[in-house]
Amino acid sequence: MDASVILFYVISVLLVLSSLMVVFLRNVVHCALALVVALFLIAILFVMLHAPMVGVLQVLVYAGAIMVLFLFVIMFLNPTASEPRRKLWWGFGSAAALLLAASLAALLSNGEAPADPVTATETFGSPETLAKSLFTDFVLPFEITSVLLLVAIIGAVVLAKREP
Amino acid sequence: MDHPYFPLLILFTLAGAVVLGLLFVAQKVGPKSPNPVKAEPFESGNPPRGDARIRFSVRFYLVAMLFLIFDLEVVFLYPWAILFRQLGLFGLIEMGIFLGILLIGFVYVWKKGALEWD
Amino acid sequence: MQAYIDQLIRDGYFAGMPKEVVYAVAMVLAAFIVLSVFVAPLAGVTSWLERRVWARMQSRVGPNRVGPQGILQWLADGIKNLLKEDLIPSAADAKLFSLAPYVVFVGFLCAFVVIPFGSQLIVADLNIGILYILAVTSLVVVGILMAGWSSNNKWSLLGGMRSAAQIVSYEIPAGLSILTIVFLAGTMSMQGIIKAQGWAPWDWFLFNNPFTFAAFFLYFTAALAEGNRTPFDIPEAESELVAGYVTEYSGMRFLFFFFAEWGNLYVIGAVATTLFLGGWQVPPVTSDPILLGVLQFVVFFLKAYLWVFIAMWVRATLPRVRVDQLMALCWKYMVPLSFLCLLGTICWMLVFPKGNQIFSVAMFVLGLLIVAYFFKRVVFQIRHARPELYFKPHI
Repeated sequence: MDASVILFYVISVLLVLSSLMVVFLRNVVHCALALVVALFLIAILFVMLHAPMVGVLQVLVYAGAIMVLFLFVIMFLNPTASEPRRKLWWGFGSAAALLLAASLAALLSNGEAPADPVTATETFGSPETLAKSLFTDFVLPFEITSVLLLVAIIGAVVLAKREP
Repeated sequence: MDHPYFPLLILFTLAGAVVLGLLFVAQKVGPKSPNPVKAEPFESGNPPRGDARIRFSVRFYLVAMLFLIFDLEVVFLYPWAILFRQLGLFGLIEMGIFLGILLIGFVYVWKKGALEWD
Repeated sequence: MQAYIDQLIRDGYFAGMPKEVVYAVAMVLAAFIVLSVFVAPLAGVTSWLERRVWARMQSRVGPNRVGPQGILQWLADGIKNLLKEDLIPSAADAKLFSLAPYVVFVGFLCAFVVIPFGSQLIVADLNIGILYILAVTSLVVVGILMAGWSSNNKWSLLGGMRSAAQIVSYEIPAGLSILTIVFLAGTMSMQGIIKAQGWAPWDWFLFNNPFTFAAFFLYFTAALAEGNRTPFDIPEAESELVAGYVTEYSGMRFLFFFFAEWGNLYVIGAVATTLFLGGWQVPPVTSDPILLGVLQFVVFFLKAYLWVFIAMWVRATLPRVRVDQLMALCWKYMVPLSFLCLLGTICWMLVFPKGNQIFSVAMFVLGLLIVAYFFKRVVFQIRHARPELYFKPHI
């Protein structure tokens, strides 16, 4: 077996484990940090697929920025370490998980490989390729992103600066 | 194995191993004299009072939120920077619109006083 | 690096061994050498030098007992910390508490992978090099928050929060000022950025146009703030927060935080050198590859260490700023200014697509004049100081 295949399996197993920890750990801060680990492992998978730019952005934006925000909010609210489980959330979560499992099972039972597989080459996920497709094929989504960010800015300020 | 990012993985592993090794040595050779006073939270010599997980200002949350948004903006600028010479005028107009919209956001934040710390 | 190993294999060394094993062994060896022979003494000697430099600037002697001039002080400190008890407070979250130094240390160390010490001396020349450095720096924030929260101590929590808020805030001006260089070079690879410059100072990006000149100082200031250095060291302000997020740490775990801080100082200098100061570029004086490699390393190291020294100088000179001043400086001055620098550089590139050599030389001369004036002031101050405060290197 190829070394990169072994590495893929090792990282996948760790990824599944850390994702399970996100769900099952009782302390919210521990859950958030398990999520950091999971996001970091996903970044490694991206890099292995010759998409280093996406991998680094995954670390920079998700593991770095978004998780810092999550941790700030968790520490701000300071929840007690072990909150009683809520039946409603468990029902909702299980239903969503079942739905996902069903759709995945349907896909897998088809037995078909995904249409038009692309062979990853060195330039496949390079910054240049990514930039080219971002600024030519995906101009409109890119511009809409700025509106989305504007809405997020205004939303954050309105929520945080609300008069008591 | 000949992946260009392979050295990274090795360094990550090795750095972890070095820290682990040194901490292990420190555990072995270091003295151990546990004592309840030594193990309580340090509060400048006074007995600790109340919960250490104090609530703090909502401003930290606002800073994190603003950082996230502007970080995303910077991240979008990087691909443009690489292809700046090739994209030419079209890219310039595209980015002009993108940055213009975000500039409105920045001015809004400033005018609302969200950048004030007090 | 890989090319060099390929060359060795072709020359008939390691006959009969599979290629992958040779690669893996070479990588582990190289990484270990980087770690133990370069990074550890570098951070250690920097810590000693910093204490000596401050002492000199404050008319003290500083550590001078262990080894000649006290240069082995860092080793003694390391051994002392190794022999200390590893305390974990009873109320702390033991798992996170012991894990936090790992995150901070690994995050800092991984920046060394892409630092180009010479045209061949780089562990991995990633095509996203500079973005990678930004990414691993953001991992450090998670480690600091872990340390602050898990200590179960008011000072630690406040220090961790302040530090995280400060690092993430200053990441914006740092990212924007780095971006001006990415625009000029058209690549994010560290070697690519250096190759886009020349050995002569007027070919450096620092003197390319007035906006990159300003961006350099913005970057350096933002990097100091990201490294929690004075005048931006409020997260560990002794007078109000004991030691910030490291309050409860002791022994080796404590050491790892400071190891990362001093090592990070060099990373700041190295990144500044790569981006703005022409990196390892040397005039073509020799064609011998080994001699050239040594020369490049020396040039790069000295350029980077100059900024480490300036960071020490700044720390000995400036008082600490307040939290509100710190945040206002970042969001109200540095973010708009670095943004202006970016726009200015873009305009400059549109007006002078090939750069403007005459202007670069003029900027270089101006820079020299500023440095000369500065030195004149320093000499003036020293002349007018009391004689017992004169620099005496033999003590």
